[in-house]
Amino acid sequence: MSNKMHIKLNVNGEGHEFLAEPRELLIYTLRERLNITGPHIGCETSHCGACTVTINGKSVKACTMFVAQADGADITTIEGLGGPDNMHVLQEAFREHHGLQCGYCTPGMITRASKLLEENPNPTEEEVRFGMAGNICRCTGYQNIVKSILAAASELNAAKEAAE
Amino acid sequence: MTVRQPLPHDSGPLHVTGSARYIDDIPTPRDCLHIAFGQSPKARGTITSLDLSAVKSATGVVTVLTADDLPFSNDVSPSIHDEPLLAVGQVHYVGQPIFMVVADSHLNARKAARLAKIEIAEEKPILSVEDAMAAGSFFEGGPRTWSKGDAKAAIENAPRRLTGQFDMGGQEHFYLEGQAALALPQDNGDMVVHSSTQHPTEIQHKVADALGVPMHAVRVECRRMGGGFGGKESQGNALAVATAVAARLSGRACKMRYDRDDDMVITGKRHDFRIGYEVGFDDKGRIKGIAFTQITRGGWAQDLTGPVADRAMLHSDNAYLLPHATITSYRLKTNMQSATAFRGFGGPQGVLGIERVMDHIAHDLDMDPVDVRRLNYYAPAKGAEAKAIGTGKPFGAEFSPETHRPEPNTTPYGMEVKDFLLHSMTERLLETSDYKNRKAQIAAWNANSPILKRGIAFSPVKFGISFTLTHLNQAGALVHVYQDGSIMLNHGGTEMGQGLFQKIAQVAAARFGVSTETVKITATDTAKVPNTSATAASSGSDLNGMAVLAACDAIRTRMAEFLGQGASVTFADGMVTWGGHSITFAEAAMRCYQARVGLSATGFYKTPDLSWDREAGKGRPFFYFAHGASVTEVVIDTLTGENRILRADVLHDVGASLNPALDKGQVEGGYVQGAGWLTTEELVWDDHGRLRTHAPSTYKIPACSDRPPVFNVDLVDGENPEATIYRSKAVGEPPFMLGISAFLALSDAVAACGDRYPDLDAPATPERILMAVKRVQA
Repeated sequence: MSNKMHIKLNVNGEGHEFLAEPRELLIYTLRERLNITGPHIGCETSHCGACTVTINGKSVKACTMFVAQADGADITTIEGLGGPDNMHVLQEAFREHHGLQCGYCTPGMITRASKLLEENPNPTEEEVRFGMAGNICRCTGYQNIVKSILAAASELNAAKEAAE
Repeated sequence: MTVRQPLPHDSGPLHVTGSARYIDDIPTPRDCLHIAFGQSPKARGTITSLDLSAVKSATGVVTVLTADDLPFSNDVSPSIHDEPLLAVGQVHYVGQPIFMVVADSHLNARKAARLAKIEIAEEKPILSVEDAMAAGSFFEGGPRTWSKGDAKAAIENAPRRLTGQFDMGGQEHFYLEGQAALALPQDNGDMVVHSSTQHPTEIQHKVADALGVPMHAVRVECRRMGGGFGGKESQGNALAVATAVAARLSGRACKMRYDRDDDMVITGKRHDFRIGYEVGFDDKGRIKGIAFTQITRGGWAQDLTGPVADRAMLHSDNAYLLPHATITSYRLKTNMQSATAFRGFGGPQGVLGIERVMDHIAHDLDMDPVDVRRLNYYAPAKGAEAKAIGTGKPFGAEFSPETHRPEPNTTPYGMEVKDFLLHSMTERLLETSDYKNRKAQIAAWNANSPILKRGIAFSPVKFGISFTLTHLNQAGALVHVYQDGSIMLNHGGTEMGQGLFQKIAQVAAARFGVSTETVKITATDTAKVPNTSATAASSGSDLNGMAVLAACDAIRTRMAEFLGQGASVTFADGMVTWGGHSITFAEAAMRCYQARVGLSATGFYKTPDLSWDREAGKGRPFFYFAHGASVTEVVIDTLTGENRILRADVLHDVGASLNPALDKGQVEGGYVQGAGWLTTEELVWDDHGRLRTHAPSTYKIPACSDRPPVFNVDLVDGENPEATIYRSKAVGEPPFMLGISAFLALSDAVAACGDRYPDLDAPATPERILMAVKRVQA
């Protein structure tokens, strides 16, 4: 008896095909099946945001999505944004502006911030605070997280202007 | 020099790319097993029947262990051996581990753990303060009382008196990374444990006892935690012991991580307190005598309740000279999670007690609470304060620290306060935050705003630095210089995000005059540095920084003696220089190696000048004090109790900071966490002792949208008068208490609704604010 589904995922530009129980949670697929451990498990109830990934252009908390629901999807995790040697502007901004302490929320936080800046390339401080409200950080008090995102936004905008 | 630079966190590049490894990210060996606890459904009673047949036959289950199956010690207590890993006969709280499931996956273990048939002959649990007081359910045999002078007479003879009582809630740590451990069995019964812990030595100790081996047979490693906040000082013991025992019995690697709900239900939290006070004061607001009653619920096992409650007593003065004081502390044993260490460790509760009294006195005298506070401040060291900070302005005569205190400048526990900075810090913060003008503007605004009311409040903190258990104030370090000039750094402190490793690497780099890239930061490891204290009590940099300095200087001295042959040698900018010579540090290391100079050293440090008699409540438990002050403005909706923080201004004392950016991060995070404790974070147990707020869906920690829109944070530019590492001060816990001004501002907003004192309990949830508004309006 097979109650497994044939699943196809494109994660960070790489195709994966496998059989999985439909109710396997996407965060387990990423972390345990594909060894993509940047997205973290914080609460498993979609409140903390540590597992945030981008699925078909939207910010999604991977802990409360079944892998079956993601079948065929394009997924970007923090690893897809950039590595230690080729950091995305946001990653560099979080590093430089101390937008992290323990670092556990950081991958989800940056992944969400990357979507926020796509949705709204010129956010106000308030729009950043409310746009990031679904991602919890227990260490920083958010001061440097907001600072990092605003710094990255202005750098991305400056680069865009220079290109135009 | 690399110290005092705002360098980014060493793991920053790994964190931002998702490549920093936590316990759950470490690749596991083949056939790794996973563990989950079966938990007690009842708060108190005797286990009459435990049917585990369905658990044992569940998918993926390898074995199920109860207390009877544990080969050696069944204890995970950090203090008095009253905390079995698995329940023996009795259960003491809802969530207490009764058995452990060892299975092929995390989810299979958790699913199987739900299948047990547990029958318990229930007894009525002791839950409330009233229940426990009535039952005489105390730890340590009863209350502890410390006194200075004759508080009773001073209160009776004072021109004015007030009494009051209020409750403050506990707090869930909500470290983003839940508790986790991974045990790897070794040759000959030895064990390696990777643990998300602030206290690797205690993990080593408890695991060794559970395996019946000496401590040398257990090695514990922790590269980093995803947050700790005190919640990983003792609460990781259970997971480490469970994985180690299962690894020993199965011969396979074993891993355990708590699901968030399990974590919140099983582990201890901040101690809640009920504080009663009777205070006598004069017409100006100066306290003559005070009597505090501090009652805390410690949960089912003692854990760290003794020292936490001690620290609450030790901070019942906060920044104020109390001529006569009596503090009585009740530590209640209740059928709940065993309350544990949490940033501040009782200090915040003690501080909030006296801050509440200051507000109450100000309300009674219709004075600005800031003025009452300044009148009661400790005296500063003569001249030292102005030199250390300087506001560019003389003190107003009314609050002149030179004139206002004839009594000895001692705490209720008899320690002289020598380095009190809050006079000038207060002056400066009131100025930078424009407190007086804003307070007047808020009063005018409130007069024209019937529904929304604003409030503003100032609160100071003076926090004692050192473990009150004096022998814990020691640290060790291990430093190697390799022949290519690269440096390996290890010490007993643990990294939980606070930037300890980065700060210490800056110290090591400064001693050798090299860049921090030359220094390899390595995981905390009980095989490298033994007998370490928990990274707790804000002591990480103070203790480990000095131990590392000692190790570095031992090597440096050997290198200098060989290279300089009597001439003075300097280590700076990557070069080693003496006489007419200047060579790179790498070249110097190679020359020393070839000349057979030892390039490895241990370092050791113990905090000097401490003496503390806990029984008498007298002595010098602290090496020094760290200070801070904050002003918060809030707005409340008097129809719903909803509220917002509008602005926060903070000034904090970190001595000469080792890394001002990291220290500011601690201050900002501390403020928000402290404000969360007193506003949105509410723990609710039902009448059966079940924690109803066991997930972030019902337990609200501050989100990004809760951050004050205006948040000005500044550090005092000073030096620690005590000889700490580069004259810096500890920063982990003190700023947590800055959040108290948010609570006091909410009380101030409520006070704008009528004449009565608001009598607000904490956390000031919308419900409590609404009730207080109704009381004040009545």
